[in-house]
Amino acid sequence: MDEIAPEYDVVVLGTGLTECVLSGVLSVKGNKVLHIDRNDHYGGEAASVNIETLFKKYGNVPAGEEPWKKYGRVNDWNIDLVPKLLMANGELTNILVSTDVTRYLEFKQIAGSYVQQGKGPKATVAKVPSDAGEALRSSLMGLFEKRRAKKFLEWVGEFKEEDPSTHLGLNVAGCTMKEVYDKFGLEDNTRDFVGHSMALFPSDEYVNKPGAAIETINRIRLYVNSMARYGKSPYIYPLYGLGELPQGFARLSAIYGGTYMLNTDVDEVLYDDNGKVSGIKATMKDRDDQAAPMKFETKTKKIIADPSYFPNKVKVTGYLLKAICILKHPIDKTDASDSLQLIIPQSQIGRKHDIYIAMVSSAHNVCPKGYYIAIVSTIAENDANHHLELEPGFERLGAIEEKFMGPPIPLYEPLESGEKDNVFISKSYDSTSHFETTTYDVRDMYQRAAGEELKVEGLREGQQLAQE
Amino acid sequence: MASRAAAGARPGAKFAQFKLVLLEFAGVEICQGGKQSSEEEVTDQLDQDQFDDYRESTIGAAFLTQTISLDESTTVKFEIWDTAGQERYKSLAPMYYRNANCAVVVYDITQASSLDKAKSWVKELQRQANENIVIALAGNKLDLVTESPDKRAIQTADAEAYAREAGLLFFETSAKSATNVRELFTAIAKKLPLDQAGPRNLRTAPRPGVDLRPEAPGTQGAGVCNC
Repeated sequence: MDEIAPEYDVVVLGTGLTECVLSGVLSVKGNKVLHIDRNDHYGGEAASVNIETLFKKYGNVPAGEEPWKKYGRVNDWNIDLVPKLLMANGELTNILVSTDVTRYLEFKQIAGSYVQQGKGPKATVAKVPSDAGEALRSSLMGLFEKRRAKKFLEWVGEFKEEDPSTHLGLNVAGCTMKEVYDKFGLEDNTRDFVGHSMALFPSDEYVNKPGAAIETINRIRLYVNSMARYGKSPYIYPLYGLGELPQGFARLSAIYGGTYMLNTDVDEVLYDDNGKVSGIKATMKDRDDQAAPMKFETKTKKIIADPSYFPNKVKVTGYLLKAICILKHPIDKTDASDSLQLIIPQSQIGRKHDIYIAMVSSAHNVCPKGYYIAIVSTIAENDANHHLELEPGFERLGAIEEKFMGPPIPLYEPLESGEKDNVFISKSYDSTSHFETTTYDVRDMYQRAAGEELKVEGLREGQQLAQE
Repeated sequence: MASRAAAGARPGAKFAQFKLVLLEFAGVEICQGGKQSSEEEVTDQLDQDQFDDYRESTIGAAFLTQTISLDESTTVKFEIWDTAGQERYKSLAPMYYRNANCAVVVYDITQASSLDKAKSWVKELQRQANENIVIALAGNKLDLVTESPDKRAIQTADAEAYAREAGLLFFETSAKSATNVRELFTAIAKKLPLDQAGPRNLRTAPRPGVDLRPEAPGTQGAGVCNC
């Protein structure tokens, strides 16, 4: 086995999407990167796994049985562990295009974006209107409300932060979104679908938060612009599952000299006298357990890691509930869409947090024909009865072939910025339905770790491929 | 991945594109045309530690293409993926093998151990890649052996016997003098199912993938589907 270099600029631990984007960007910028994962596959928490792995991971396997066998070839399944989609006009799309990682991947649209109104047997499901014109045709609102919603969405399109004449006399910098809604006289139901299924806020906290109006407007615009990009929904999705994304950025890093080691445990993180990180001791296991493990030590100036590598340097901010469901039919009332996002706003079902359903299918090469993979998720509000919390989502799905639901998933964030010890830790993938917050974290971590703002535009121009 | 008509081509002309994965024994370089000059490297590698040189030698070929005209009306384009060094610690991503139509596994005829390494690559390909992948075995550095025959460490007959047994195409090549390189690609092209459309770039698919690139100025509306 080849020798590991005695020193790296950055050691990255965990091959989740956040870590792989950073690894890719840092490598392109000329940093010598060693990227390690304790697992034998890429993606960490953001991996896509086959159906056998999924059964084993969730322990749904009675002794001596192989329940995955009735689902065809296990490798025809690429099941996401994190339920997220890409906004067509979002920041991750921008990073993918700027870094040229798109050449390794292929994307398809998600066929529809839906929102539920009401609950129980009376619940209705409707397409989320994508612009002012669609608001007029939407079944979500009555006649007069449609006109108010149309006016509101037109205003959102014309709004310019730097042009007070578009501010309707509101103090937009400091006002709440409630004041804006009041200005247009929008009904509660309209506020609900605008805030939850267009601005994609998972709870109602934003409504009365001073200064949140501009953020809300920007979120709605991102939704509308993403929708306008390809037409069916604001979302796109990579063929073969989200696990392709970290792999693509890892390849980018490798092409620019990044060294990759899966199946490698970090035994010890070394610090110097000032408490700054100085290196690691690690062991690479042989994949087939045939050869002896390779122990090594190397120096590094910085470590970037996902929260699981530094349990003492992170805190829990909440718990995500998630159930991965396998269906044999599309979801009722969704035009037989092969893929979708369906949001059940919290107020409709007496909760504080929305329930999200993200569904993909064989159209995205994630399962054999005739199957659908739907992930139901929300933020936990109780200590028990988590199944009950997700129940409104299960009701929407109809008959479920298999349901994989583990204990609540803790969401971590770092205790400190990393300035003191040069250990920069990412946040867990949150409950939002897309990767926008993940890219905020990427930008924030890059700023902290590299000491400069991340600019992905034109990143690869003028960079040398080989830098050994 | 799929055979398709090239825009503006003569009627009856066929153009097919395939993904080819290139697995090289450290220090062996068969593809020319990357950023680095392969010719220089192949000679340099004679005297140098091959592992040190290795990174640079494959990086150049991170993403190359090679186009072969089989006859007047048939053109085959190979999209060549090298390993970018990720095989070094057994960390190649599934993405690398995904939808690969063909593979070239390269060993060094002047290094006895390199054929064993190539054999383990072939096993890995048979495990990870499509069932019908076309695999070619290439014994590189033929030029060195032509100059001084005592440098040969692997007999042609031995490698050929293995290739026949494993169902591989087989060539001894020289990246330096380009001996048999074109022949190798042509032989692969002939074995590929040119008329059988694969999943990628399938023009007749009901829902083609979306093109993420920003809309070119002057294009109308939001229609950037590459259909």
